[in-house]
Amino acid sequence: MKRDAKRVKGETLLEMKGLNIEGYSGDAWHPIIKGIDLSLKRGEVLGLIGESGAGKSTLGLAGMGFARPGCRICGGTISFDGIDLVNASAAEKRALWGSRIAYVAQSAAAGFNPAHRIIEQTVETAINHGVMERGKAEADARDLYGRLQLPNPDTIGARYPHQVSGGQLQRAMTAMAMSCRPDLIIFDEPTTALDVTTQVEVLAAMRNIVEQFNTAAIYITHDLAVVAQMAHRIMVLRHGNLVEEAPTRAMLKKPTQDYTKSLWAVRKLVKPESQGKDIVLQIQNVDASYSNNIKVLDDVTVSVPRGRTVAVVGESGSGKSTLARAITGLLPISKGSISFNGKVLTTKLKDRDRDTLRRIQMIYQSADTALNPRQTVRDIIGRPLEFYLGLKGADNDKRVVKLLESIELDESYIDRYPSEMSGGQKQRISIARALAAEPDVIICDEVTSALDQIVQEEILQLLLKLQRDTNVTYLFITHDIATVRAIADEIVVMNKGKVVQQGLKSKVLNPPYPAYTELLLSSVPEMDPDWLTKLLDKRKVGTVN
Amino acid sequence: MSAPSTNIRNVKARRTWSENTWRFLQTAPISAWFGMIVILIYAFCALFAPWLAPFGEGEIVTKGAYGPITWANWFGTDQIGRDTFSRVLYGGRNTIGIALITVLISFSIGGTLGVYAALTRGWMDQIISRIVDALMSIPVLIFALMLLAVFGKSNPYPELMGNFPLNLIFILALLDSTRVFRLARNTSLNVVVMDYVEAAKLRGEGMGWIVLREVVPNILPPLIAEFGLRFCFVFLTIAALSFLGVGIQPPTADWGSMVAESKSLITYGRIQPLIPAGAIALLTVAVNFVVDWFLYQTSGLRDET
Repeated sequence: MKRDAKRVKGETLLEMKGLNIEGYSGDAWHPIIKGIDLSLKRGEVLGLIGESGAGKSTLGLAGMGFARPGCRICGGTISFDGIDLVNASAAEKRALWGSRIAYVAQSAAAGFNPAHRIIEQTVETAINHGVMERGKAEADARDLYGRLQLPNPDTIGARYPHQVSGGQLQRAMTAMAMSCRPDLIIFDEPTTALDVTTQVEVLAAMRNIVEQFNTAAIYITHDLAVVAQMAHRIMVLRHGNLVEEAPTRAMLKKPTQDYTKSLWAVRKLVKPESQGKDIVLQIQNVDASYSNNIKVLDDVTVSVPRGRTVAVVGESGSGKSTLARAITGLLPISKGSISFNGKVLTTKLKDRDRDTLRRIQMIYQSADTALNPRQTVRDIIGRPLEFYLGLKGADNDKRVVKLLESIELDESYIDRYPSEMSGGQKQRISIARALAAEPDVIICDEVTSALDQIVQEEILQLLLKLQRDTNVTYLFITHDIATVRAIADEIVVMNKGKVVQQGLKSKVLNPPYPAYTELLLSSVPEMDPDWLTKLLDKRKVGTVN
Repeated sequence: MSAPSTNIRNVKARRTWSENTWRFLQTAPISAWFGMIVILIYAFCALFAPWLAPFGEGEIVTKGAYGPITWANWFGTDQIGRDTFSRVLYGGRNTIGIALITVLISFSIGGTLGVYAALTRGWMDQIISRIVDALMSIPVLIFALMLLAVFGKSNPYPELMGNFPLNLIFILALLDSTRVFRLARNTSLNVVVMDYVEAAKLRGEGMGWIVLREVVPNILPPLIAEFGLRFCFVFLTIAALSFLGVGIQPPTADWGSMVAESKSLITYGRIQPLIPAGAIALLTVAVNFVVDWFLYQTSGLRDET
């Protein structure tokens, strides 16, 4: 606290000049950051945005003088409040970290030790650095919990990390970072893993506390709308280069570079909705639960028309992925019925015949875990062809190539392993595997949420094209409203295992809303820098949950 | 979601299997090369023992016991005048062969059950795992001695198999498969939660396909490394049991019993007991060298530059 006196707003705190960082892969050093200049004043929040691989996390960590294992700082200077971080010894840097520079990571769950109470971990740094006595530090932590609008700030610290929600844990992590009143906080995608309704509270709390203590911050994210709420100034990175830098409002109003404009352009893809008549999949009053008897699906009724896209939206824990598991038979339902093409499906996967299995296919969120790393594309796509359609040898190969063409890849991919393709290409292979079975329904479980925005757009376009060509039906599970707008005909809103609303896109996305739909839609960040402020005014902070 | 910088391997023309193997071998340090050469020499001697050995396995060549080292008998002769050099060659054939069969059986049992338990979980997994825990809680050598005492040393059908140590093989394979089970189960647990395993289940694939094509290729490197280590342990256990007189039975030559038979010579400054003992030690060290390197390299089995 004795440093508070020195906190003069406007003075330069962090300065990087011509920074170069290299990463080691495939027996050679490759540049990750290519000569970037960055300066940050006290009390200023700088937003770093870019796609994955743009180098934004690496640059953020360089602000602490830290290079991840396998990376090295190979040129340029980093000066933090007059201290040369490039040449500082490990001990000098350790003295800074935690006390003067703090870091808030994406996954709070991974950042907390599950075996210790939250408050112990919050005060740990302050005590270890000798900033405060334990008693004082704990009182201070409780004060911080209050400022971060955590419920029951006096007692929440006594809980263990698994006893609080993800959003609360992320705020507790911010409290931990704040415990020494650092001069600089680096937020690395702190809300990416959170639901939209939770994100609003966390963003508000973080913005608020950074302002209160006049802390400088670097806010790393891929979400433009979020950065617009948080940052005073934005830097756009791509392939380790600085594309554009400007104050937030100026950049939002008038981005100068083409790349920035392409990021700014809100999804161009809009599919006109159309109502379907022929119901291919009817889910009727379905209940399902895992072993603990808590209903994850509670009286769910959804009808899916043939050749259309039904988007199931909801936050984590809403039961939307469970719905997919119930349809596929991975999780037997306890009540109700699921009929497919007019016939009631057996609840257990084992009892279903091969033709029924063929007609319902699934695409997963992460192609990395959905494709076997030890199989080539030929094996991955060829297996359903052989298994369902009995194609072998050259016939099978021919069909694989045809499928590759339909997903806009050429036949040179046939011998590749998943590790030899990009994220978008892998997701295309997953799509081809589902298509190979010539299904009636494809269940898409968050298929775009692990991808960069531009790649997302391409995948969605591909899915739409395939739907036009084959009249396949999609059940599209997602938490992302923008995706829903782009691709859906009908929308099902789910919350806590119940269906809140099902209807055509135009009906669900326009008033009048049921209360939950309104909360969900209003929580989606918009590209307006005043969005969060306006929203909070409207909701009156603290009453929202 | 700033993923670690996307690391896409360049695609080159597929190399053939032999090219891949050669490239992999080139990464071997000198210790691994030493290990591989030793193993190859052992394998060669074991395979061609009847042609390499100057005398027969049970052939008595000198009148007295413990003949000296001569041009005819390179390593001298044993307590009833058999040629020690010939018996070392035959002994290697027997010990290595039996150890290899034992490890193969233990991997088939332990590996299959391990992957199966990981895939099904539930009560089946619990039962198998608890049985394995119980078996593992008893020291192998003592347990093996006890079982051999109960079931006998050779096999239940002497008229069919003669002296073949079937009981020994099965008892050791069973005890050893507990370790394999643990490894296979634990490594598979990380694989069976993958979406591609779920995708295979949804496709309607049978258990055989899921185990052999989806799971096993992904747990193979640690299993292969474990194979080498288990081979060493089994090999040492057989030698120890033979030394104690309950392993491979005379007149079949075997290194453990050869050490036991000639052990008193060490007090007279003769090197005979050291020869089979050294042979055991050298092979164990060699296998460990190779396994060490392999474990280090397991992630890089494919085209890497």
